[in-house]
Amino acid sequence: MTLIRELDIGTPIRVSDTTVTLTIDGEQVTVPKGTSIMAAAMMMGTQIPKLCATDSLEPFGSCRVCLVQIEGRRGYPASCTTPAEDAMVVHTQNADIAKRRRGVLELYISDHPLTCLTCSANGDCELQDVAGKVGLRDVRYGYAGENHLDAPTDDSNPYFTFEASKCIACSRCIRACEEIQGTFALTMEGRGFESKISAGGTDFMGSECVSCGACVQACPTATLNEKSVIELGTPEHSVVTTCAYCGVGCSFKAEMKGETVVRMVPYKDGKANEGHSCVKGRFAFGYATHKDRKTKPMIRAAITDPWREVTWDEAIAYAASEFKRIQAKYGRDSVGGITSSRCTNEETYLIQKMVRGAFGNNNVDTCARVCHSPTGYGLKTTLGTSAGTQDFASVEHSDVILVIGANPTDGHPVFASRMKRRLRAGAKLIVADPRHERGAAECHGACGRHRSAGGRSLCARALRNAGLRCLGQVRGTGPKFARSHGGAHRGAGGGYTCGGPAFRHGRQRCDLLRIGCNGAQPGQHHGHGHGEFGHGHRQYRQTGRRR
Amino acid sequence: MTRIYLPQDAASLALGADRVLRALQAEAARRNLALDIVRTGSRGAIWLEPLLEVETAEGRIAYGPVSPNDIPGLLDASLLSGSAHALRIGRPEDHPWFANQQRLTFVRCGVVDPLSVEDYRAHGGFAGLERALTMSAEAVVDEVKTSGLRGRGGAGFPTGIKWNTVRMTPADRKYIVCNADEGDSGTFADRMLMEGDPLTLVEGMTIAAIGVGATKGYIYTRSEYPHAVRTMNGAIAAARLAGWLGDNIKGSGRSFDIEVRVGAGAYICGEETSLLDSLEGKRGQVRAKPPLPAIQGLFGRPTVMNNVLSLAAVPWILAHGGAAYAAFGMGRSRGTLAVQLAGNVARGGLIELAFGGTLRDLIENWGGGTASGRPFRAVQVGGPLGAYFPERLLDTPMDYEAFARAGGLLGHGGVVVFDDTVDLAAQARFAFAFCAIESCGKCTPCRIGAVRGVEVIDRLVAGIETVKNFEVLEDLCELMTDASLCAMGGLTPIPVTSALTHFPDDFDHKLRRSAPHVAQAAE
Repeated sequence: MTLIRELDIGTPIRVSDTTVTLTIDGEQVTVPKGTSIMAAAMMMGTQIPKLCATDSLEPFGSCRVCLVQIEGRRGYPASCTTPAEDAMVVHTQNADIAKRRRGVLELYISDHPLTCLTCSANGDCELQDVAGKVGLRDVRYGYAGENHLDAPTDDSNPYFTFEASKCIACSRCIRACEEIQGTFALTMEGRGFESKISAGGTDFMGSECVSCGACVQACPTATLNEKSVIELGTPEHSVVTTCAYCGVGCSFKAEMKGETVVRMVPYKDGKANEGHSCVKGRFAFGYATHKDRKTKPMIRAAITDPWREVTWDEAIAYAASEFKRIQAKYGRDSVGGITSSRCTNEETYLIQKMVRGAFGNNNVDTCARVCHSPTGYGLKTTLGTSAGTQDFASVEHSDVILVIGANPTDGHPVFASRMKRRLRAGAKLIVADPRHERGAAECHGACGRHRSAGGRSLCARALRNAGLRCLGQVRGTGPKFARSHGGAHRGAGGGYTCGGPAFRHGRQRCDLLRIGCNGAQPGQHHGHGHGEFGHGHRQYRQTGRRR
Repeated sequence: MTRIYLPQDAASLALGADRVLRALQAEAARRNLALDIVRTGSRGAIWLEPLLEVETAEGRIAYGPVSPNDIPGLLDASLLSGSAHALRIGRPEDHPWFANQQRLTFVRCGVVDPLSVEDYRAHGGFAGLERALTMSAEAVVDEVKTSGLRGRGGAGFPTGIKWNTVRMTPADRKYIVCNADEGDSGTFADRMLMEGDPLTLVEGMTIAAIGVGATKGYIYTRSEYPHAVRTMNGAIAAARLAGWLGDNIKGSGRSFDIEVRVGAGAYICGEETSLLDSLEGKRGQVRAKPPLPAIQGLFGRPTVMNNVLSLAAVPWILAHGGAAYAAFGMGRSRGTLAVQLAGNVARGGLIELAFGGTLRDLIENWGGGTASGRPFRAVQVGGPLGAYFPERLLDTPMDYEAFARAGGLLGHGGVVVFDDTVDLAAQARFAFAFCAIESCGKCTPCRIGAVRGVEVIDRLVAGIETVKNFEVLEDLCELMTDASLCAMGGLTPIPVTSALTHFPDDFDHKLRRSAPHVAQAAE
């Protein structure tokens, strides 16, 4: 097993109905309109060196490392901020470009500690990589000039440090906090050489920061680094897993050193989170090594007996024999199984299989029944399935978002970030919940949260009942109406094919990522199952697994 | 009652115009004279300010520069009838310093009461807008295209083409943004116009709005310009009251309004994309282009972003026709340039001239040589990012292309003169130091490069590793030119390389020991 290094095409994937074809370094490439030259080059396997660009953030154009030459245009435009155009002829590598890239790195390194060997990000640092790629051999300015080497380190946050002396002022952390997380905890203070990242004028712990880790993830240097990495060193292999906390089901890379988890890094290929995380999944993995955690099977015949450590074989045999004994005595229906909403779909599937196959009955359920049987019933009746018809990404195409009986900012923060991003783009939010929803409060006014006349939030159940009654009264509505007006419809093969823009968007993203992977980094999906089921079931789970 | 005109623009105030006013009022009261005092802007002859004018049968007779102590003597000499006095310069329009200018944009500046719509109308104001109101948007833009007007902020981009892009970009709303963040050293034309003839800017912006279909305009100016802000706001209110701004302008069915916004004091906010960010309430930081502001500007909407002087040229163009404007100038530089002559010069001020005149004519004939009386050594044209020209380049015509060929730029028309005591190595160092202070800090070449530039020049003049450091300086200038995000970092090498090219001795640590300017500086 090796460490998974995800491909970074530099700028976000653009989706468009039209494509443009351009020539990069003598090779033709066709990309969706709006794609940057940087991403276009990456899709054909050419990595343009970059520092301020990363594909989770909108292009910024500040580092000036990615400059290229375009025939018929003056100067050296940045490939991250210049969109690919039809018939464009781009050169990404030549002596003039190389000299300027080296010149930029020479400036960076003239204000950077030369402590790579003892740096916590040694081997995991984009500045180091790019300095190597551009062939920087000498910093002719020397190291005695004005610099930030004495800038203080902020280690107030329990999970990561902010080592300002290593900051290259690329603003990736600020942009991640704004664009991805939507917390706006970070800002740039001062200007020019005095520019510095500031957690709103205080330290990280005292700031608005919610420790989601997006800034740490975005930082190309050791400036924002996990304390666990500083303590343990860089990890050596990754295991892709699903977060065990809320129902969003974020994919993570557990980055390991042997059996030790060094850090949990959100996985970009995770369809629920697409590389984002919240404090729980990102940093609260102490349970993995907690002393109370049971790591060996134990059994006891009666509640009054002490627990007895046994082998797995003995434990499983004992449980099986006890189920059989109970069924023999009280009948086939006397046992059943229930799964938690924290379980993955795979785990829930296995439990039902065991109950149906081995117990021989249908006594199986998940705890989602408690709150979601009405929605499941409603969906089943109107759309023919009780599973969600949309994935999280589809919220990016919503103009009005109705949140009923949920408080995503607290309960499902990674989804809340995605939703808030859409709200900042102008979508309206309606909240129907008896509880206070922080996300709604943040958007109040701008997003037009609808409240009842008395100033209390609309009660979710009252709203649903009223809605159902209204639908019942309107002629021509009902299951048939809903089916013809919904985004999902039954396809020819009896499965569900989805034709709405959100689905098209999702499919194109997958296709593009695959192009990118095949072009530049074949086989990056090693080590985890990624079949047909994998794609489908994630969408399923997003609504199916709630608490 | 005798009418007296006395400027109250910032330069005249700095030179004592208010003290002159108080002296005049006190003396008039003592002598029982009834005066009707009109406060105007400046006509631009800063060397004559405070310039006091008296309305007489022969027209307005000017006296200047007037100090409070001159007032009793002036009144003794029958100032109010325009009689002879040592300070009398006669009718300003007959004085060669004014008469030889081609005043189109500044024709009313210093003449009219800046806040009087009536006075403005009486001097030909709103004729352009009246005509524009009868024209289609396309025809308005075409007229500006015909005029050959190019952006007076420095970049020289054809204004009509920019407007056309905004006109052709569909949007739910569009904006006119006037860049009045006049931060270049040695420039003051925007301020003078806003303080002396603000309604011209109101009219120009309104015509632009008609041309592109905008409904809202912003004037972004500096906190250091309190008088301009006050006058501009007064003029906007007056125009609104008279029906020249607001809903249904003069019954035309078109609506447009203007708001003045004051910056917080950053040179970089004069860069158009930083200005937009600042106007949106954000940190003034340069945006990468594309998208162009004409397509996605203020609040993501198509935006005309023009300098004060570009917009203020438009009323004349619409009133007299684009062809009439294009009849002035040379080559691809059509119309007039408002030159701001400053620095070590005897007769500084604003001189509006058709493109094509030479620097030598400007400095020698208008400026009257250096103020110190010492020999001329260098001139910097186009603000702090402009080139330093030596004597042998003084015959360069004032023309965008000619200046570019000579390695310089016209910029916003600021001309700063230096005598032979100037140290060009110090000036080159200042270019980097200025950039270091004023850089927004977004891009690396500007943020770090400017600081390193200062250090490299310090090492050069100290004689440390000069061969290597000349090479480093050259590479740094090349890098900043080619790799900076905006013109701030991209043009900073211009003053540096021009100083290196034309005044290499100033960078030679051995020659410096005996150089007069170094000796002078050491004293």
